Amino acid sequence: MSVATVTVKDFQVDYPNDWCPGCGDFGILNALQQALAGLGLRPHEVAVFGGIGCSGKTQYYVNAYDIHTLHGRVLPYAIGAKLANPALTVIAVGGDGDGMAIGAGHFVNAGRGNLDLTYILFNNEVYGLTKGQASPTLPLGAQTKSLPEPTIQSGINPLMLAMASGYTWIGRGYAFDIRGLVRLIQQAIRHPGLAFLEVLQPCPTYNNLHTKAWFAGKDRGGLPRYAPLEPSYDPVILPGTDEATLQARMAAFIAEATRSEEPIRTGVFWENRAVPSLGERLVQRLPNYLSEPPAKKAVADGHGRPVVDLEPLLAEVAIR
Amino acid sequence: MSANVVDIAWRVGGPQGKGVDTAAGVFGRAAAAGGFFVFGRREYYSNIMGRHSYFDIRVATHPVAVHRNPVDILVTFETETLVRHALAVAAGGLLLHDAGAADVPIDRMVFLDPPLQEALVSHLEEAGLPPTTAGLLEAARRRGVTVLSVPYGELAEHLTSTLGASRARAERMINTVAVALSGALLQYDPELIKKGVALTFGSSPMTELNQQAVDLAYAYARETWDLEALPLRLAPRAERPVRLFLSGTQAVAMGKLAAGIAFQSYYPISPATDESVYLERHATVPTVDGGTSSVLVWQTEDELAAVATASGAALTGARSATATSGPGLSLMTEGLGWAGINEVPLVVTIYQRGGPATGLPTRSEQGDLLFAAHAGHGEFPRFVLASGDVAEAFVDAAQAFNYAERYQTVVIHLLDKTLASTLQTVDPFDTSQLSIDRGLVAEPAENGAWPGGFPRFRPTESGISPRPLLGQPGGMHWLTGAEHSEVGRVTEDPTTREQQMEKRMRKLEVAAREIPAEEKLQVYGDPDAAFTVLSWGSTKGAILEATQRLAAEGVQVRHLQIRMLWPFPAQELAPFLATAQPLVVVETNYSGQMARLLTQETGTKPDHLVVKYNGRPIAVNELLEAMRAILAGKAGPRYVIRNPFE
Ligand SMILES: Cc1ncc(C[n+]2csc(CCOP(=O)(O)OP(=O)(O)O)c2C)c(N)n1
Ligand code: SF4
Ligand SMILES: [Mg+2]
Repeated sequence: MSVATVTVKDFQVDYPNDWCPGCGDFGILNALQQALAGLGLRPHEVAVFGGIGCSGKTQYYVNAYDIHTLHGRVLPYAIGAKLANPALTVIAVGGDGDGMAIGAGHFVNAGRGNLDLTYILFNNEVYGLTKGQASPTLPLGAQTKSLPEPTIQSGINPLMLAMASGYTWIGRGYAFDIRGLVRLIQQAIRHPGLAFLEVLQPCPTYNNLHTKAWFAGKDRGGLPRYAPLEPSYDPVILPGTDEATLQARMAAFIAEATRSEEPIRTGVFWENRAVPSLGERLVQRLPNYLSEPPAKKAVADGHGRPVVDLEPLLAEVAIR
Repeated sequence: MSANVVDIAWRVGGPQGKGVDTAAGVFGRAAAAGGFFVFGRREYYSNIMGRHSYFDIRVATHPVAVHRNPVDILVTFETETLVRHALAVAAGGLLLHDAGAADVPIDRMVFLDPPLQEALVSHLEEAGLPPTTAGLLEAARRRGVTVLSVPYGELAEHLTSTLGASRARAERMINTVAVALSGALLQYDPELIKKGVALTFGSSPMTELNQQAVDLAYAYARETWDLEALPLRLAPRAERPVRLFLSGTQAVAMGKLAAGIAFQSYYPISPATDESVYLERHATVPTVDGGTSSVLVWQTEDELAAVATASGAALTGARSATATSGPGLSLMTEGLGWAGINEVPLVVTIYQRGGPATGLPTRSEQGDLLFAAHAGHGEFPRFVLASGDVAEAFVDAAQAFNYAERYQTVVIHLLDKTLASTLQTVDPFDTSQLSIDRGLVAEPAENGAWPGGFPRFRPTESGISPRPLLGQPGGMHWLTGAEHSEVGRVTEDPTTREQQMEKRMRKLEVAAREIPAEEKLQVYGDPDAAFTVLSWGSTKGAILEATQRLAAEGVQVRHLQIRMLWPFPAQELAPFLATAQPLVVVETNYSGQMARLLTQETGTKPDHLVVKYNGRPIAVNELLEAMRAILAGKAGPRYVIRNPFE
């Protein structure tokens, strides 16, 4: 049987795009479509959940099941769908405000489950859609275009928060390094657990500090301010990795995730294969979880009668 | 009362965590095992250990669904329970108290709130009695209560020496001893008390030990008291049909399981948590064809996530629900709107408790009706159902999924703390009486290709459009909390907005036409009587009984119980409202929330609003008093039931 190959066209959709010209979101969208096609997924097998913000519109332009959720809630909606239908490839996308401010509680708690989905955070350091207020990732003292005064709150480091929360795959990419981003998104999707990908995303309209030109190092002879992690950096934790190695890898992670010197590192920062996925844990608890997941559960017989036999439960409370 | 009519109210109290619930369970099951109808009411503080809790068990030869005051037997182990409840014992009743307890002045009891202290002290002063525990016991004796001093300490030592129980275990078994003493005082068959023990403790080694304690207690009672001289009797009934004895939360969970719930999310909160815990404990159940079937119970980080995960699961086709109480519903409101505009079948079970904010976390109130009917910004269709008793809780929990999937929207199932913790005997649930309606699910792949997206939200005459499930080949469309076109594309086009708004709201009009009247409104008592009591939710038991009692006195009352509060059954109510004289609305809240809906939807105002908002359910005698006042023309438009002693 010949299988029709999936191309990037299968994930593209004709729909007018209202992002500002030059927005980093275009790069991420492009990379996401290529990544999905490259993995050979078929559009109906993919569900892309978006938060609220400019970033939260990404799925409008992806030919797949696309769900525009509520501000900050992208992860819980995505988690519910993935838990109920583990066969779906679930991607969640959203802004730094969406994920690190109003949705921060969900971000942290999602780390506990290691559910097999991919969360892409668009870090532009501002609230794009509400006209450029400081987002939780804007560093202390920075003053982007819309701010009447420099911010007097510090910025959150999303990679560190992901590590502290238990994400088992953590990466960082840059919105206009599309080839690098395609690879990272594919690795994140293939990782059999919860993957977090931070994408540095220029917002030409409101973030006048960290622009495309700044990332490209135009002011310093074209030496980009982002660069891949050194080849010697090893993010992988395997089952049975000894404590000393684990500690060393974690220390290296922290050094790279928090480094204040340029370049800003991109690549796979953490890949922990020692933690069982939530799906595996659920199979231990609900033996037919994979054969009859919640989405496929038989509820009624041909006559519209319940298929469940309550007898043992009634017996527990029956007075005979 | 004729000789073979039995109606005994038994109360046990004690510090939380000391086995009061277990004692009540044993007594209730022992009575149910003797063929009686049993109703149990639990009161407790938001506290894990030490604060006062009590349990009323009512045992009768007729179905009972409400507690009553005064009680016939009060079992106390310590001073606080004695002080709080001594006045609640009826003339001719029995009061058990600790023989070893000292006489304590009431105003020294720091655990009593000042209003209760003052009420007790002035009661005793009026009777010329000292304001102490001894005064309360004397007041009881003067009322004709038999006061029995029980040497709990000695009995515990006896348990240790004869049964070899450790001192700690013996102290816990004192609960069983007190239940057995109650049985002995009623000359009830000890074997049935032992059966209550076995049904409560199951196959644990505690069963045998506690059964031995039963024998010991019976022997003690027979030696110590002249049982023949005591007034109350409980003789097992000849007819003992199999009945269930369970709580409201259990009934809801069973209803959900019967309906095929596949996903339940929750964030812990009183009094809703028990349902989710029960579901998780019974996550895998057999199917009629010998297979098994599971529900995934997911504890979230908050109620924002609870409503969102349940919605996400529902999009894949899973029958999904979440359960909470008022504070959780407050957080869920954004998610209700999202489910509404995306036409997601979602069941939200709400156990109302006293509000606002943290309110009375472990007490009851019908305080969230207007909130449930309106929660969320903007407008979207929803259903609000309310169950009146444990049996209805089962049926409604199952039916909620049918409404949710048929009309593709949010169904809020309202219960309250009263029903959550009510224990009641009911006829065994019959799942073959339930039907399942999965609504319109699309078969997109068979219906051809949809290059511009599947028309998930295409307007139809009924407003209901076929729903593809995430992952279905060919069914791709967009979902968004923004207004959208028929394929789910965000739009602010005025015409599309109107069409989609009308489409969504039309579903409710169709539902109001299609759903049979009996699913919305139940009529009890004399359907032709002019005296009309209108209610919703857990006041049903009190009203049913008060209606029957008045009928026995020759006063005919019609009781209308609204089971579907939204869409409000204005049409079904109209003929009754036209002939109601007077129209009485009974609710356990301050403002009469259902009465307000009634006026809003029908233009009718009740003649009398009977309310209680101290966080406790309405007792049958309290309601009778209110109804008598109304009948006698002595009640104003607003009648507040107050009870400082509960
Ligand atoms: C509950 C709620 N509060 C506020 C808003 C308004 N709002 C819309 S987008 C947004 C911030 C978006 O910033 P971010 O998540 O960083 O996304 P970006 O636009 O930068 O991609 C806010 C506050 C909202 N939609 N919902
Ligand atoms: S405001 Fe910024 S993030 Fe939003 S579309 Fe414009 S450039 Fe992109
Ligand atoms: Mg942003």
